[in-house]
Amino acid sequence: MFPEIGHFALILALVVSLCQGSVSFYGAAKQNKDLITLTRPLAHTQSLFVLIAFACLVYSFVSDDFSVLYVANNSQLALPLLFKVSAVWGAHEGSLLLWVLILSTWTTLVCLFSKNLPDIFSSRVIGVLGFLNFGFILFTLFTSNPFERIFPSPLDGNDLNPLLQDIGLAIHPPILYVGYVGFAVAYAFAISAMLSEKLDKNWAKWTRPWTTAAWLFLTIGIALGSWWAYYELGWGGWWFWDPVENASFMPWLIGTALIHSLAVTEKRGVFISWTLLLSVSAFSLSLLGTFLVRSGILISVHAFATDPERGLFILIFLISVIGGALLLYAKKASDLDKKVGFGAVSRETFLLLNNVLLVIATILILLGTLAPLVLEVFNMGKISIGAPWFEIAMLVPMIPLLILVTMGMHSLWIKDSSFNLYKKLRSPLGIATLVGIVIPTVFYGRSGLLLLIGSIISIWIIISSLLSLRSSWKGNQGRFHINRSVAGMSIAHLGLGVFVFGVTIVSSFGVETDRGFSLGDQISVAGYEYKLNSIESVKGPNYEAIEADISVFDGNELISHLKPQKRTYLVQKSPMTEAAILAKWNKDLFVALGDSLGNDSWSIRIQYKPMVRWIWLGCLIMALGGLIAISDKRYRR
Amino acid sequence: MKKHYLPILFFLAIMPIFFIGLDRDKSVLPSPLIGKKIPEFSLPSLINSELQIDSSELLNNTFLFNVWATWCVGCLEEHDFLMKLSESNEIPIVGLNWRDNHNDALAWLRDYGNPYTIIAEDVSGRVAIDWGVYGAPESFLVNSNGIIIHKHLGPLDDDIWERDFRAIINDAN
Repeated sequence: MFPEIGHFALILALVVSLCQGSVSFYGAAKQNKDLITLTRPLAHTQSLFVLIAFACLVYSFVSDDFSVLYVANNSQLALPLLFKVSAVWGAHEGSLLLWVLILSTWTTLVCLFSKNLPDIFSSRVIGVLGFLNFGFILFTLFTSNPFERIFPSPLDGNDLNPLLQDIGLAIHPPILYVGYVGFAVAYAFAISAMLSEKLDKNWAKWTRPWTTAAWLFLTIGIALGSWWAYYELGWGGWWFWDPVENASFMPWLIGTALIHSLAVTEKRGVFISWTLLLSVSAFSLSLLGTFLVRSGILISVHAFATDPERGLFILIFLISVIGGALLLYAKKASDLDKKVGFGAVSRETFLLLNNVLLVIATILILLGTLAPLVLEVFNMGKISIGAPWFEIAMLVPMIPLLILVTMGMHSLWIKDSSFNLYKKLRSPLGIATLVGIVIPTVFYGRSGLLLLIGSIISIWIIISSLLSLRSSWKGNQGRFHINRSVAGMSIAHLGLGVFVFGVTIVSSFGVETDRGFSLGDQISVAGYEYKLNSIESVKGPNYEAIEADISVFDGNELISHLKPQKRTYLVQKSPMTEAAILAKWNKDLFVALGDSLGNDSWSIRIQYKPMVRWIWLGCLIMALGGLIAISDKRYRR
Repeated sequence: MKKHYLPILFFLAIMPIFFIGLDRDKSVLPSPLIGKKIPEFSLPSLINSELQIDSSELLNNTFLFNVWATWCVGCLEEHDFLMKLSESNEIPIVGLNWRDNHNDALAWLRDYGNPYTIIAEDVSGRVAIDWGVYGAPESFLVNSNGIIIHKHLGPLDDDIWERDFRAIINDAN
C-alpha cells in the first residue's frame, strides 16, 4: 500500500506545485495581496507531499518490497541497511525523486528566510521554484515512476550496483544534488529580478548567501565524488575528465564566477546584467549536466540509465527553462547596466578578469565534452577527448587565474595603484618563491618548470590568504570584531592554495605501477617495500572476496599491513576492486589487487601518492570559507 | 544593445546538436574487433560439460554470437526474439553463457526454451574480456571466414534485426 500512497502523494505534489507557480505569478502580476499570501502555504504543502512520497519509497526499500520494480532492480535481502537506504537514489528514478525532494527543501527554506523581502519579489521567486518542481515531478511521473509495481513479484531483488555499495557513494549524490539544485534558487532570484519593474539594488545582497550555500555543497559533492572514484574504481586517479565529472565541474566554475561577480554587484552596483546571466547559466549548466548524464547522449562510466524518451523530455524542459530565461535576459538586460567607473588597477578589474578566465575554462570544458558528439552528428567519425587534452587546455586559463588570486584579494575597490599592490605582495611572493623552490628540490629531489610554477603560486596564495584572514580581525579597545565576509573569502582562498599544492605535488611525484607478485615476493616502489604474505578467500554479507595480505616496510620498519580485496557480488556477479590505502597527511600508499596470473601469482597495482589528501582537504577548506561567509550578519537584516 | 541576445543565440545554436544526438543509436559502438578475426577460445559446453567447444569449429558458417546470463534482465527481454530467430533457421546462434551459475543457466533454458545451436560456458569471464564484452546482452555477427562484421549492444528485436543485421547477412552470403 505504501507505494500507492507515495505515488498518490507525488501526483498531489504535481498539482500543488502547478498552483504554487501560477498563483504566485498571477498574484504578483495583479499585485493581489490575498493570492501572494497564499504562495507560502502552497509551497509548504507541495514540499510535504514530496516528503511523503520520498518516505514511502525509502520504506519500500527498507521493507524489501520487491513488488516495486525499482526496488527489485536495485536492492536485495542481504543488502546492508545503509545501502538499502542509499539504493533509493542508486538509479535514475529514485535519484530524480531525490532531486525533487531537494528542490522542495530549498523552496521551503526560501519561504522561511525571505520574509523581509518585498512580497512581489519573493512571490515570483517561489513561483519560479514551483514551476521548476512541476517540470521535474511531471518528468518523474511520466517517464521514470519509481513506484511502478511488477507482478508476480520476485522473491529477491537484483541487488544494488556493486560500484554504489560504498559509503562515499551513499552520501555523494545527495550533497552534489543539493549544490546543483541550489543554483535553482539563484536562477529564481534572477528571473524575479528581471521581471521586476525596477531592479532592486538589494537583489545581489539577497541572492548572495543562497548562491554561496549552493556553491559550498557543490564543492563538497565534487570532492566526495573525486575521493570515491579514487579509492573505489581502483584506478588511483582523483579526476578523470569523464563527461559526468565535467557536468558537475562546469556549474562549479560558473558558480564560482557568480560568487565573485555578485561581490562586485553588491558592493559597487556594476556588472548587473553579467551577474544575472551567470545566475541563469549556473543553473542551466546544472540542468545540462543532468541531461547529458540521464539521456545517455554522452557515454560515460557513470551512466546507468539511458533512455531517449527521457532525453526528449529533458530537452523540451531545458529549452523552456534556459531558453525562456535567456530570452527574458535579452529583452531586459540592456536597461540594467549603469556606467560606474573604476580604475585599471582595482578590485573590480581583478574580479572581472577572474570571471573572464573562469568562463573561458568552462567553455573549454564544454567544447571538450561536446566535441565528440558534434563530430559524430556531422558524421566526422567517433573520437574521444580524454584527460591529456583537458589537462593541457586547463593550464591556459588556470595559471593566470591563480596568479591573479592574491592580487584580487589585496587590492582596493575603485582604484588602487600598482606600486601599492606591489608593496603589499612582494614579501609574500619572496617567501613563496623560496619555499616553493625548496620543498620540491629538497624533500622530493626534483624540480621542473610546471612543478615550480605550481608550488610557488600555491604557497603564495596560502600566505596571502593567511594575511588577509588576519586583516579580517579587528581588535578595538579589547573588543574583537571579525568581518566574516572577509574571513570566509580568505579561508576559501586558503583552501584553493592547499588544493593547488596537493595537485602540483601528486601530479609531479606520484608513482603508479602494476607488478606481478608471487607469494613471498618483496618489491620496492618509491622507497617503500611491499611483501605479499598470503592470498585468502573471505566472505562478506552479499559478496565473496579474495583478500591479499601485504606488509609494507619503510626501510626495515614494518609500517602497515594492507589488505586489498577483489570482490564478486553474488547477485550481479560483477567483480569489484576494493583498494587498501595507508593514508597519512603527507602521502597515501595505495594497493589494489588485480587479476590472477596463474601459479599463485597475482598482478598488484601499487601507488605512491604524496600530498593527495591536500586535494580534498583544500576543497573542504574552500567550503568552510563559504559557510563562514554566509554567516555574515548583514544577510540576516 | 544587441550583445544581450548572444547567449540565447548560442544556446539555440547548440540545441539542434542535442536533438540529433538523441536520435543517434547508442547501441552501435565502434569496436576495434569489427573487421578482425574472432578471438580464439576453447570452453566447455554448458549442456554437456565434458564436451569442449573450440572457436575453430565455429568457422565456415555465418553465425550470431550472443552473450547472455540469467542475471541479466535484457537477456530475458530478447529471449523471445532469439527463439523466433532460431525457429526460422535463418542463422545459427552460438551462445556464450557469461559469468553465470551453471544450474541457473540450465533451468533458464528449460523454462524459456533454448534458441542456441551450441552454448559455451564462460564462468571466469575471460573469453568475454577477449571479445571486448561491455555488458550483457551483446551480439556479434561473424561471417564464414570468422571475421566479426557487426556488433550490437543491448537486447535484440525484430526492428534492430531488420535494420542492422539482415542486409549485412545478405551481403555476407
